[in-house]
Amino acid sequence: MAKAYSPGLQIRQRVLHSSRRILPIPGDVLVKVGDHVTPQQIVAQTFMPGDVTPINVANQISIAPSEVPGSMLVSVGDEIHAGDLLARSKGIFGFFKAEMTAKSSGTIESISHVTGQVILRGAPLPIQVRAYQAGTIKEVIPQQGVVIESEVSFLQGILGIGGEAYGTITFACQNKEQPLEASLLDESMRGKIVIGGARMTGEAVQRGIEIGVAAIVSGGMDDEDLKEILGYDLGVAVTGSEHIGTTLIITEGFGDIAMADRTFNLLKDREGAEAAVNGTTQIRAGVMRPEMVIPLDKHTKSVADTGAKQAAAPGILETGVAVRIIRDPYFGLLGEVGEMPTELRTLESGSESRVLEVILHTGNKVIVPRANVELIEG
Amino acid sequence: MNSTTTKQLDPDQINVILATDCGSTTTKAILIEKINGEYRQTYRGEAPTTVEEPAADVTVGVVNAVTEVGELAGRKLIDENGEIIRPANGDTGCDIYISTSSAGGGLQMMVAGVVREMSAASAKRAALGAGAIVMDTICSNDKRLPHEQIQRIRELRPDMILLAGGTDGGTQKHVVELAELIAPAKPQPRFGGTYKMPIIYAGNQEAKELVEAAFDDDVKLTTVANVRPVLERENLAPARDAIHDLFLEHVMAHAPGYNKLISWADAPIMPTPGAVGNILQTIAERQGINALGVDIGGATTDVFSVFDGTFNRTVSANLGMSYSISNVCASATLPMILRWVHLDMDPRELQNHIKNKMIRPTTIPQTREALVFEQAVAREALRLAYIQHKEFATTLKGVQQQRTVGDTFSQITSGLSIVDNMKLNLLVGSGGVLSHAPNMNQTASMMIDAFEPEGMTVLAKDSIFMMPHLGVLAQVHPRAALQVFERDCLIYLGTCVAPRGLYRSGKTCFQYQIQGKTLNESGTMECGEMKLFPLAYDDRATITVEPKRGYDFGAGSGKRMEFEVRGGTVGLILDARGRPLIVPADEKQHLDQLTGWVQELQLFPEIHAMQTQHSS
Repeated sequence: MAKAYSPGLQIRQRVLHSSRRILPIPGDVLVKVGDHVTPQQIVAQTFMPGDVTPINVANQISIAPSEVPGSMLVSVGDEIHAGDLLARSKGIFGFFKAEMTAKSSGTIESISHVTGQVILRGAPLPIQVRAYQAGTIKEVIPQQGVVIESEVSFLQGILGIGGEAYGTITFACQNKEQPLEASLLDESMRGKIVIGGARMTGEAVQRGIEIGVAAIVSGGMDDEDLKEILGYDLGVAVTGSEHIGTTLIITEGFGDIAMADRTFNLLKDREGAEAAVNGTTQIRAGVMRPEMVIPLDKHTKSVADTGAKQAAAPGILETGVAVRIIRDPYFGLLGEVGEMPTELRTLESGSESRVLEVILHTGNKVIVPRANVELIEG
Repeated sequence: MNSTTTKQLDPDQINVILATDCGSTTTKAILIEKINGEYRQTYRGEAPTTVEEPAADVTVGVVNAVTEVGELAGRKLIDENGEIIRPANGDTGCDIYISTSSAGGGLQMMVAGVVREMSAASAKRAALGAGAIVMDTICSNDKRLPHEQIQRIRELRPDMILLAGGTDGGTQKHVVELAELIAPAKPQPRFGGTYKMPIIYAGNQEAKELVEAAFDDDVKLTTVANVRPVLERENLAPARDAIHDLFLEHVMAHAPGYNKLISWADAPIMPTPGAVGNILQTIAERQGINALGVDIGGATTDVFSVFDGTFNRTVSANLGMSYSISNVCASATLPMILRWVHLDMDPRELQNHIKNKMIRPTTIPQTREALVFEQAVAREALRLAYIQHKEFATTLKGVQQQRTVGDTFSQITSGLSIVDNMKLNLLVGSGGVLSHAPNMNQTASMMIDAFEPEGMTVLAKDSIFMMPHLGVLAQVHPRAALQVFERDCLIYLGTCVAPRGLYRSGKTCFQYQIQGKTLNESGTMECGEMKLFPLAYDDRATITVEPKRGYDFGAGSGKRMEFEVRGGTVGLILDARGRPLIVPADEKQHLDQLTGWVQELQLFPEIHAMQTQHSS
C-alpha cells in the first residue's frame, strides 16, 4: 500500500503527555520527582543579571577619560542608590568642582580609563517557571527545570497569539459552523477559555479583551481582523510574546472556516474542565503549534477508556486515514484518503506533483497534491 | 584529521565525487563522475534533514540521501557501519566527500562597528560574505541609546559576534566603548550553557589589548586583521576566514551529529550561502563577466553579485515564498503584487490565502490562479531583495574624494551602488519558485520583471540547486567544479535585450535586426511591447538594435549597438517596456498590456490538466 509522510495537528482525547519546563539560564528547581503540581505552581526560578546602564562620567563632569578612575567616589562592586554621589572632578585649584549623582540604583561593574565610561548593573531580575500542566514531576533536570507528566486531552491549533493562559473551558457557540461574534460573549466568561465555532470576528476578540477572558479558541479568523488586533501585519508566524490582553488560538486557518468536528466535539466533552493553553507558534525549523492541555479527571478517565479509538501510525499518510485539505480550491474540506497513485500527475497549474484522492464527507472524490493535505492525528 | 584543513589530494586521481548540502529541511546529495575525461553530475538524491528530534544527528539524513544516490547510480556508497566508503573502487565508494550546511538556521551573527556606513558596513560585508545571517548591526551612530543597544544584544542569541571599528593607528576610544557595551551584556548563545560565545575582533589593531581587557573568560575572543585598515581599503578575507573556522570549531561542533560529519568530509564544511558566493566569484573571474545570482527560499532570499571583480552578498531575512510570504505582502503591499496578476481575484480572499500559506508553508499551488498569484508575489520578493542588495553593494563610504577642475560639474560621491544592470552579463536564478515553475518562460519572465536587466543579459537557472556543492568543490578541485557548473548546473533560458529609458505611450522604442543560422528577423518595437523569438539551446545569433532618442543599450542615448546573443530553453526576449519598469496607471490599459505580455511570452499555454473532481 502506498504511504507518505505528512505531519498533522494532534487532537487526542486521552494521551500521556509530558511538558518540559526549563529555565533560560541555570537556577533552582523547587520541586522533586513524584511531587504533584498544579498549573500555576512555580517549579523553578532563577535570577538573571540585571539590566546594564552605561554612564559616561568623563563627559558628564568634563574630565579626560584617564582621570575618571581617580575622580570616582565609589569602587567596582559597590552597591549604589539613585541620588548617590558617584564622582567629583578635581576642579581648578580646588574650585569649580563638578559632581555627578546616580540616576538609578545598582552595582558598579566597571570603570574605564579609556572611554571614561562606568557600567552600572541593576538588581537581578527574577525569572520563574510555572508548571503549566497539572501532573506529576517525572524528572528533575538539576539547575534547569523539570519534566511533568500526566494523562490529558491534548489539542493543537494552527496559529496562536499570546502566551500561556489558564482557565475553565466554556462555550460561546452552539455548533462548529457558528461564527464567534461579540454578542455571544458576556461577563460570566471573565478568566475563562472561550470556545467558538467558525471564524472569530475582530469585534468578538475586542469584547473578549474587555471582559478579560483568558483565551479564545475558534476555527478561523480574517487577516484584516488580526491586523487590527495586533496593530501591525504579522509577517512571519513566530508568535507568543504578544500582549493583547488575552490568548487567541485558531484551529483551522484564515477565512470563514468551521472548527473541525473532532476538535469541537472533544472540547464539548471537556466543557467545564480546567485547561492550560499556549498560543506560542513557531513555523520555522523546530516547528511549534499552539496547544491546549486539559488534565483528565477520574470521570473522564473512565469515559475515555471506553471511547478510545486506535489511531493511525503518527505521520503516515495512507489509504483510509482522516485528512484535512489545506490549500485551495478545496481548502478546509475534510475526508479520508482514497487512492494514492505513485506516478506524477500534471496539476491545473501546469506543475507536476504526486497526488492522492480524498473521499470527502459528502461522498465526492477530489484529487489534490500530497503536499496539500494534513493528517488529523488523534 | 584536522577538520578545518583540506586533505591533500591529487586532482588527477579523483574520479568520483560525492557532495551533500544539509539544508534546514532537506539534505541534498549529488554524485559527480569523470566520464570520458570530463566531470559530469550524474545522480542526485534527497532526504529530510535530521538535526532535530527524534534522530538529532545530521549524518542520518546524509546517509539517507547518499543511499538514494547510491541506489540510483548502482554504486555502493555506504558501508556496513553506516559510513561513506572511500576511495572509489569499481562500483563501490567515492574518492572525495564534501558538504555544506545551513541546517538549524545556518550561521547567525551580530556585527558591531563604530560608524554604520564605514567600519560597521565593512564588518557586515565580511559576515555576509562568509555566509552568515546578520541579525543586527550595533554601531555608535545607530540612533539607539547605549542601554537600548545593550538590551538588544541581550535579547539576541547569535552564534558569534564580529566587532570592528577604527582604522589602524586611529582613535581607539569608540571601538573600546563598543567592547564595553558588548561585554556586560553577556550575550547568550543559541547552544546552551557550556558554549562560550565566539567574538572576533577585526578593528584598530592598536586597540587590541584594550578590547581584550574589556572581555572576561565568558567569551572566546579571536583577534584578526582590521577589516578597514585604512578608509580607502577593505580587508575582509582574514575576518571571513576566522568566521569559517569558528563556524566549524564552535557552531557546528555543537549541532547534533556535526562532529561526525566534519570527520567524514575531505574539505572544511562551509555555510551554504558562502559556498554559493564562492562558485559565483570563481565563474565571474574565469569568464571575465559581471554576474548576479539569486536564491529565493521559503524564509529568505539571498542575492549574490560580482561586478568588476567585487563580490557582494545580501540576505533578505524575511523575504521568502512560504514562511515569510506574509512579510513580502506587508512590505510590497497588495496593489504592487496585483500589478503582475492578469486574472480577476478577490483581495480579501487573497489576504487570507497569503496567511494560510504562511501557516502551512509546504503546500503547493494546485490551480492556475494560485500559481499566477504566487509568481506575482515572487516578483515582488525578488524586486525588494534586489533593492536591498543594490543599497548595500556600494563603493566604500567615507573615502576622501580628490577633485580636479574637470570634475567641477560632476557630483559623484562615495557610497554609490556598484550594481549596474547595464553591465550585468549573467543573471542566475535558483530556489523553488524559479526552479520548479511549470515552464521556464515563467522563470525568465519573473527574473526580467524583478531585476529589470538592461542592455544584453543572459538568463539562466540553477537546475537542481547545485551551486553550494560546486562552491566547496571549487576549493578542492576547481576544474571539476567549473566543468560541472557549465555543463550540468546551469540551464540557459536565453537572452534578454532591453534598453534603459522611460516608457512613453504610443512611441517607438527601437528597431532590431536579428541574424543567425536559425533566426533571421527584423522589425520595430513599440514602447510597452515584448517579443519572444525561439532560439535553440546551443544556437547563437547577432542582433543589431537602433534605439530612438531617450533609449540606451549601453552605448548612449539613441546609439546603435550589436550583440551576440545565446539561445536557451526560452529563447531571445526583446523588452521595450522601459527602464525603470513602470506599469501604466490606467487599470484597463495595464491589464491589456499585461495580458499581451503573458500571451507573447507564452507563460500559461493551454495544458491538459488532470480531472480534479469527479463524482463518486
